[in-house]
Amino acid sequence: MSEKLFVSGDEAVALAAKAAKPHVIAAYPITPQTIIVERLSDYVEDGSLNAQYMYVESEHSAMAACIGASAIGARTFTATSSQGLLYMVEGLPYASGSRFPIVMANANRSIAAPWSIYNDQRDSLSQLECGWIQFYVESAQEAYDMVIQAYKVGEDPDVMLPVMVNLDGFVLTHTYELVQTADQEKVDAFIPYQKFANRMDLDNPMSTSITAGPPFNMEFRHQQHVATVNAEKKIEEVDKAFGEVFGRTYGGMIEAYKCEDAEVILVTLGSVAGTTRCVVDELRAEGKKVGLLKIRCMCPFPAAKIVDVLKNAKAVGVLEKDITFGYEGVVYTEVNSAMKKAGLEIPTSNYVGGLGGRSIYKTDIENMFNELLTGTAVNGGVEFVNLRRDI
Amino acid sequence: MALNARTITNKEYFYGHKACPGCGAALAMRLALKVTGERTIALIPPNCMSTVAFIYPNMPLFTNGMVTEFASTGSTMSGVLAGAKALGLKDYHIVGFAGDGGTVDIGMASLSGMIDRNDKCIYICYDNEAYMNTGVQKSGVTPYGMKTTNTPSGKNVHGSQTSKKRMFEIVAAHGIPYAATASLGYPEDYMAKVEKAMNTDGASYIHVLAPCPTGWGTDTDMTIDIGKEAVDCGLWYLAEYENGEYKLNRNPKEFTPVEDYLKKQSRFPNLDEHDIERIVRERDEFWARVRRDWVK
Repeated sequence: MSEKLFVSGDEAVALAAKAAKPHVIAAYPITPQTIIVERLSDYVEDGSLNAQYMYVESEHSAMAACIGASAIGARTFTATSSQGLLYMVEGLPYASGSRFPIVMANANRSIAAPWSIYNDQRDSLSQLECGWIQFYVESAQEAYDMVIQAYKVGEDPDVMLPVMVNLDGFVLTHTYELVQTADQEKVDAFIPYQKFANRMDLDNPMSTSITAGPPFNMEFRHQQHVATVNAEKKIEEVDKAFGEVFGRTYGGMIEAYKCEDAEVILVTLGSVAGTTRCVVDELRAEGKKVGLLKIRCMCPFPAAKIVDVLKNAKAVGVLEKDITFGYEGVVYTEVNSAMKKAGLEIPTSNYVGGLGGRSIYKTDIENMFNELLTGTAVNGGVEFVNLRRDI
Repeated sequence: MALNARTITNKEYFYGHKACPGCGAALAMRLALKVTGERTIALIPPNCMSTVAFIYPNMPLFTNGMVTEFASTGSTMSGVLAGAKALGLKDYHIVGFAGDGGTVDIGMASLSGMIDRNDKCIYICYDNEAYMNTGVQKSGVTPYGMKTTNTPSGKNVHGSQTSKKRMFEIVAAHGIPYAATASLGYPEDYMAKVEKAMNTDGASYIHVLAPCPTGWGTDTDMTIDIGKEAVDCGLWYLAEYENGEYKLNRNPKEFTPVEDYLKKQSRFPNLDEHDIERIVRERDEFWARVRRDWVK
């Protein structure tokens, strides 16, 4: 039965994972993800979820266990964060290269050193090359919905790729909001389990996760690339279909908020899109033509859709919680690449914020918009938002 | 019925691969698969066996199989088991074939986890006493005095300076339902242990000494003989751990000379009398301890 619950982002993810009825859950505790796997263990204990709940010795093993379970054809779920994601890194391209549609929630958290348990997105954005579909969400509701959509997208026979749903640590994982859960029967019908074509089959033995040398290796990569490209269309379709069944859609790969006539657009992702949305409303009330472009999926990268939204803007800012040291934020690089390919000659600026959990306030975002509107933002500039000047 | 050359199936599940002639690891895998049969799911981390068994499109493994991450044989086996249980699959055996480095070094945590979960999986460590797949480097169970490509044997240092990690006892210390050591020199004993592992309700582990002609510097027709001599000279042993108790399967009254065993192989050059003395002393200390503790 669909219910409206007051829950944290982690709890929303756990509820969605439960609704997806994974056969196997393998995860290892790490702040700020831990609540997800705690709740799932409760569901298994109380009998509301019939799954094999595995106690693993590390995130590396959590991913390996999901790989093994997926290889025999089981639906799997795992969750991690930060150092845990990095400890899994060997398994990430392993899963995508073997075309195992594992679903993982990643609570975005800073990576050491210096240690910080707080939010930024350097953990997952450092893994854009690993072949996982990567969603970024703005709210607990969106986290809930995207976990369910993730199974639909990942297990599609034309896709067969693992999916990572990223939600900002603490900002989303530990804050509470009303979340509308989905009717279980509708979830069952939306993501029915179907045997994976590439599973190991006792009646028809096969080898998987094999070696392919120079004569064949590139063809495997190319097929994986094509599947990842195909995923874009599927993500759009699934979001629409989800809306028809559950009444909520998010725009697929991106969401453009008040961008139609916007003179300047701030591109961002994750929870800070929510703050930006408020600032857009406030500045619009003052008559300023500003817009928000929220990137919901970083891999595959929706270049054409982004360009289509940005094409009439006079200036573009990219606000992101990561940095490629010595250069700029990776989202900024990708957005610029998309614009360059489309021949868009619009000034762009990079706002790197929130590293290690530093707050990004509404006034910061207002300043970004005002810089972009007045032409005082440096084209090509990389600005650290809210950097202390006293030390 | 005891498994031996007469009773074992003629069916082959692992052939057409590219292992070196006389490869002990390939034989360990071939014999084990004959015992566990066609509904085996074989999990192999990067090692010589995965290298020779999974090169697309040459697929010489005739059961289900997959290459796991190097460190993850145990956890991937556990994952397959969890998936198979959840899907309600019946009548299968999950068998891992990891080398010594993949087990006692990089794979230790995930093997420990598999045993801790008491997952009904058979973990076979084929021990050829070094990282052979990368060209013979020292592992945690490379014996004292062995020349490898990163423990050179020269004027100053005579090969590996550490002795074999006591992996069988480390595994047993988990309280595992069944663990055993074996040697390809005693293939019937090895196959019987695989069968016992198959019938164990929970995790099982077999550590089989699998000579490697390439890394040991032995002729390709010596694999069985040298595997036998390793046991007969007391540098390896046949034992089991079951129901919380150790058992010696062979307790030789006399050992064959250690020097004979060492000198048949090119991997122990430059051993002097002090080295031999250390090897014999450690052997004798081991046997004194296990005869005291493991024999009733």
